[in-house]
Amino acid sequence: MARGIEVAAPPEIASGGVPPRKPRQRSSRRKRIELTVLLVPPLALFIGFVIVPMVFAVWYSLYNWNGYGPLTDFIGLQNYRGVLTGQVFHQALVHNVIIAVLSVVIQLPISIGLALLLNRRMRGRGALRLAVFTPYVLSQATSAVMWLMLLSHGGPVDALLKSAGLGALVHFWLASTSLVLYSLFFVVSWQFIGFGIVLLLAGLQGIPPELREAAAIDGATAWQATRRVVLPLLGPTIRIWIFLAVIGSLQLFDIVWIMTLGGPADSSQTMLTYLYFNGVERTQFGYGATISVVLFVISFVFALVYQRYALRRDTAGALTRAVQ
Amino acid sequence: MSELALRRTAVRVRRTWLTRPAIYLVILIVLAITLVPMLYLILSGFRTTGQLGTNPNGLPHPWVWSNYASILRSAVFWQAVENSAIIAVVATGLAVVLGSMAAFALSRYDFRGREGLYLLFVAGLLFPLNTAALPLFLMLQKIGLNDNVFGVALPEAAFSLPVTIIILRPFMRAIPGELQDAATVDGATRIRFFVRILLPLSQPALVTVGILAFVTSWNTYLLPLIVFSTPSHYTLPLAVAMFQSQYSTDTAKVFAYTALSMIPALAIFTFAQRQLVGGLVGAIRG
Repeated sequence: MARGIEVAAPPEIASGGVPPRKPRQRSSRRKRIELTVLLVPPLALFIGFVIVPMVFAVWYSLYNWNGYGPLTDFIGLQNYRGVLTGQVFHQALVHNVIIAVLSVVIQLPISIGLALLLNRRMRGRGALRLAVFTPYVLSQATSAVMWLMLLSHGGPVDALLKSAGLGALVHFWLASTSLVLYSLFFVVSWQFIGFGIVLLLAGLQGIPPELREAAAIDGATAWQATRRVVLPLLGPTIRIWIFLAVIGSLQLFDIVWIMTLGGPADSSQTMLTYLYFNGVERTQFGYGATISVVLFVISFVFALVYQRYALRRDTAGALTRAVQ
Repeated sequence: MSELALRRTAVRVRRTWLTRPAIYLVILIVLAITLVPMLYLILSGFRTTGQLGTNPNGLPHPWVWSNYASILRSAVFWQAVENSAIIAVVATGLAVVLGSMAAFALSRYDFRGREGLYLLFVAGLLFPLNTAALPLFLMLQKIGLNDNVFGVALPEAAFSLPVTIIILRPFMRAIPGELQDAATVDGATRIRFFVRILLPLSQPALVTVGILAFVTSWNTYLLPLIVFSTPSHYTLPLAVAMFQSQYSTDTAKVFAYTALSMIPALAIFTFAQRQLVGGLVGAIRG
């Protein structure tokens, strides 16, 4: 029957919500059964594997527990004191923040510039976008192993610099305490910059070219039109990008663990590598659970504050609605 | 005609901003940084560690097939591919089926607490899988799913639900109500409408969320790292990292292994990049 109906309106067309379905009374019982069938399985999965583990984390964080036997050694908030006053945890937090700040200060302008560039009409644009996006699809583990090999001392990158006559630039990319974090930041950028570019390109496509043209007619230079017209309109996309980049920076683990294990001498430790080392490798599960809770609270507080001050004006955005 | 003139102005203005050679130079640099490392990896897999030692940046001479061949013959590699595939298929299937059920209920039914429920799912976005990996492990130990394929697949599905629902709900919402009315007149129940009409119409969005869930699962590292204690359960990202640490002196072989491990994700990506990029965009626009 309705299979034969051609769908006149493509689904992209916005609609004003759900039209009320008709005869209520008789079918309300049936509706309740349907809703139960439809909603209980996804809710069960979501609560069981997203929310319950968090409850577990809070519970375990109150105990001193090494993974064997029952939870008996209740120590109250002592784990929290340990995490929050621990010098290495502070270092780790600072490293996460540095990566987040560098992302916003360095990755974002580059992404915007390249997105503006790739938004032009030119030959091979599709292929270019594809190329830029490719690293994002790889697993972080793969990228990490690749760059670990490339940046190894006397490895391909060093050899390339030497053969280009830039031997003075050769460094201990991953073994120098002052450099390692920036090397890791480079790898993170390599992997994720394509995602930002694709996101910003989508935002740019939502800006009608007429606006730019109007600015041009009013005598604006290309730079002025970009700065005063395009960038403000790109605001919502940029703010979402910043949100995703900061949350991602706080969660950084795979690349760091594979490339440096948080070393040398804790100089590239992140909150999650610190968690993995103390919580999992040294089987201090109570302590590890505490770090999970702290990390979650940090992410959550950031989300709330960011939503309050930065995302508020943006239209809709599912992310923003989440924390209202 | 005047419109055409406007277009011309705009194009001319744009061109003065950056000169053409400068643009091509920038593009060349970007391409070099993005693609050359991967090409280097693939090519170096065709060399020997000896060749790499004497000249790290040369071309294969002679071309050596044994690195790739020995990995492709190794059971450990295929075991990892199989593990990754099983987990990704289970996680994707669950996320898409359960996610579309929830999205249907949240988009085409009126009931109290609907928006609250939606927010609950959306709030899951603030809580990435990596943060939950250790708590999940503690819980899995309790329920006996530790060192078990489902101990990784079920959480991955659960953590993919938020994105799935966020993409599917507006899509299902936008399908005109008249269609549902027509189906009702023809005697179709709501569930029948869902299965026979709404789901087929939502196919582009379903493909998008499916790919997202699959690629996410395929690339996850920390959760399987904590959950799996038996190496024969290892997924591909774990296997790559393990191979690197075990054979770190046989550089060429590590290059080959890493290059091979890139193929599945790249294949899925090229097969479906339009959908994936479009879906990401839709998700962000909300």
